[in-house]
Amino acid sequence: MSLLLWQGGKGCNFYKLVEHYQGIEINMGNRKTKTERGWALQGENSDIILEMKNITKVFPGVVANDRVNLEVRRGEIHGLLGENGAGKTTLMSILYGLYRPDEGEIIFDGEKRVFSSPKDAIESGIGMVHQHFMLVNKMSALNNILLGYKTPGDPLLDYEWAREKIRSIIEVYGIDAELDERVINMSVGEEQRVEILKSLFRDVKLLILDEPTSVLTPIESERLFQALKRMSEKGLTVLFITHKLREALEVTDRITVLRKGRNVGTLITKRTDEKELARLMVGREIDMKIEKKRVEAGKDVLKLENVYARNDRGLMALKGISLSVREGEILGIAGVSGNGQKELEEVIIGLRPVEKGKILFNGEDITFSSVRKRTRLGISCIPENRIETGLAPSLTIEENLILRDYESFSRNGFMEFDMIEAHAEKLVEEYGIKTPSTKAPARTLSGGNIQRLIIARELSRNPLFLIASQPTRGLDIAGIDYVRRKLISLAEEGKAILLISEDLEEIVQISDRIAVIFEGEIRGIFDRENVDIDRIGLLMSGGADN
Amino acid sequence: MLESEFIASLIAASMRAGTPLLFATLGEIITERSGVLNLGLEGVMITGAMVGFYFSYVTGNPWIGILAGGFAGLLLAMVHAFFTVTLKVDQAVTGLMLVLFGLGITGFLGRGLVGEVASYLQPVKLPLLSEIPYIGTAVFSHDPLVYIGILIVPLLWFFMNKTRYGMELYAVGENPEAADTVGISVDRIRFIAVLTGGFLVGIAGAHLSLAYAKVWTDGLTAGRGWICLALVIFSGWMPQRAIFGAYLFGGLDVLSFKLQAAGLGVSYHFMRMVPYIFTILVLLFSVIREREKFGAPSALGKPYIREQKY
Repeated sequence: MSLLLWQGGKGCNFYKLVEHYQGIEINMGNRKTKTERGWALQGENSDIILEMKNITKVFPGVVANDRVNLEVRRGEIHGLLGENGAGKTTLMSILYGLYRPDEGEIIFDGEKRVFSSPKDAIESGIGMVHQHFMLVNKMSALNNILLGYKTPGDPLLDYEWAREKIRSIIEVYGIDAELDERVINMSVGEEQRVEILKSLFRDVKLLILDEPTSVLTPIESERLFQALKRMSEKGLTVLFITHKLREALEVTDRITVLRKGRNVGTLITKRTDEKELARLMVGREIDMKIEKKRVEAGKDVLKLENVYARNDRGLMALKGISLSVREGEILGIAGVSGNGQKELEEVIIGLRPVEKGKILFNGEDITFSSVRKRTRLGISCIPENRIETGLAPSLTIEENLILRDYESFSRNGFMEFDMIEAHAEKLVEEYGIKTPSTKAPARTLSGGNIQRLIIARELSRNPLFLIASQPTRGLDIAGIDYVRRKLISLAEEGKAILLISEDLEEIVQISDRIAVIFEGEIRGIFDRENVDIDRIGLLMSGGADN
Repeated sequence: MLESEFIASLIAASMRAGTPLLFATLGEIITERSGVLNLGLEGVMITGAMVGFYFSYVTGNPWIGILAGGFAGLLLAMVHAFFTVTLKVDQAVTGLMLVLFGLGITGFLGRGLVGEVASYLQPVKLPLLSEIPYIGTAVFSHDPLVYIGILIVPLLWFFMNKTRYGMELYAVGENPEAADTVGISVDRIRFIAVLTGGFLVGIAGAHLSLAYAKVWTDGLTAGRGWICLALVIFSGWMPQRAIFGAYLFGGLDVLSFKLQAAGLGVSYHFMRMVPYIFTILVLLFSVIREREKFGAPSALGKPYIREQKY
């Protein structure tokens, strides 16, 4: 029985592929590799818990899944790897009954199934932890776990019975959560554990995790991986969706790679490496290393002096921040999200009032200046929340591209449409924004293209200073690469850049100096030359600096 | 002037006047808890009032009238549910349409009923209890719907807080996507909630015409539907608090008559304004208080569409 999950698309050479990917397992008769992880060696077919055959799903204008085959073995951690828009989430949503496939069939646990709603999927033993958690914020963890579940004595709720059951799950898998706490008061890591408990409570056989680490700190991710390994040891099957190569390599047993809606191969994790996966995923070689030329840092462009500011809840979120960003340098702000990064971004761009302290831009005091004035002085911003503050989703791409400088595209109060169009076409070309038309609404763009649009707008105005907040979050490899290179080339032109990112690797890779933020304070500043990752990690989590 | 007898009769009248408000508020709480806003209370209520009055007038049985009023409300709610839940149309617009529709059609169809007398709900004096001086007349000599209203409150509280259905209703109104992903049919729950709510609002209207006012006039509800919308906010979407709000507003409503009868030299028109002014104050107050905002269902007014790609 062949395990080579491969789609015979146009222009592909099957044999060449086989030759090329020695890591692909062709024969799966009796395997011994996994016995140490605790699942019994069974007959050939009973080993396969899930088989998706020829799944096709077409959305208006996009083929999200094109005759995808997927085979998952009982008790394994199976990675589903692919870039954004490769069709991972669509495939899983089909499996979970959220979407109906246009074609294809699903065989789960030995039976052919048709899932027309999540209810069907749950009942047959499939659980899913979505990328955006599906929790009711105002309810307790316990109620969220119980939601929709029929306890004995239904429709009454048997909390004692439920607690007992959850307790035994916690014992077996070591996934803990404060049951009586409301979700609204929880950290994302804890929310995720509630989500997992929710699935385990329903006695799932297969657990789907959609980009589970995208919101976690490195420590929380590690904790999650431990839990996943324990689940796999207990015979639970895990489908792990990710676009991060390292994670896929670290935690999975086998990996299926999707590209542009197609299955381009299923590999055994142990017999593959980052490079091969990246090539399969992207379809071309990607240089994973970026080098930033050392530019002699010039004078201070932006300077914060002892800045205090409150968050939306009225609590002090910035407590005496002092830092400066110089010409030609990238200053990276490292920290776990929620430690004042958002407030820092807003204080600099002018969206949030400063309680105390001063902000200087090229020596000029702009503490109380309007957003417009700061923009005119040459401050640009790639905001953390791209869709909500980065653009107006229902306006066209053209309109979004002039959002910050629309005045220079008008004469006597009338918009100069020819000029706007020419401007848009130039930027779409130059920044590689993929869209059928510059007149399409911005919301029709994919995540990566939205980011390109914002970068195009912010960089084309030739700023002196740029804040880039989580600029690569949620982007695929090609997108991340693109954004990082752009930031570096901007710095090399002598511009000052403040990079706020949760991705420590990114910060270390492209920053000239790194400032660590924790609970609204800068806990330490490092030069590129003497970066100490362990110390940064310690400071990020509030550890004392000796 | 503030003799015990006056207070007793004031309490009695407050409860009677508050009962339609209570039914309508509870109905709207159920509706809104599911995430559907029904601004059409005024229209649904007056339709219940007219239909209820008509059926009682024709059959001579006020209970048939009450039920008919309830079903009239349910029917209008079905229109609302069809538009907002099935077709995902804007909830505010559909609700306002119901107001205009209800006021218009009852004015038109109810012309022949003006001035007629229908058999109305008779007060039931509870044995023994109603003989307690003052308290008996104040609390224990009402028509059965008053008692039913009081009974519904704990039942509804229990349903909403202690059963799986209540939790599902809450979840659908808070985060329909989360409910959907654990296999709860959002549309079905919303449909049922809107219909149940409409039924209660219809009964509220029928109580107005068959027990409280005991006549049919054009525009009988006089803005009570709107007051109930404010009462829902006042009660923080909790049935146990709705009853206080309803009786308080019922009291304000009757106070104008009572004070008039007591010969207080305040303009009748001014007194008629009081409940509405109070409504404004309640809304202002609830904006200021964080807790009320917290009580509002997070997905209130937002249609839920599953296959949303962006």
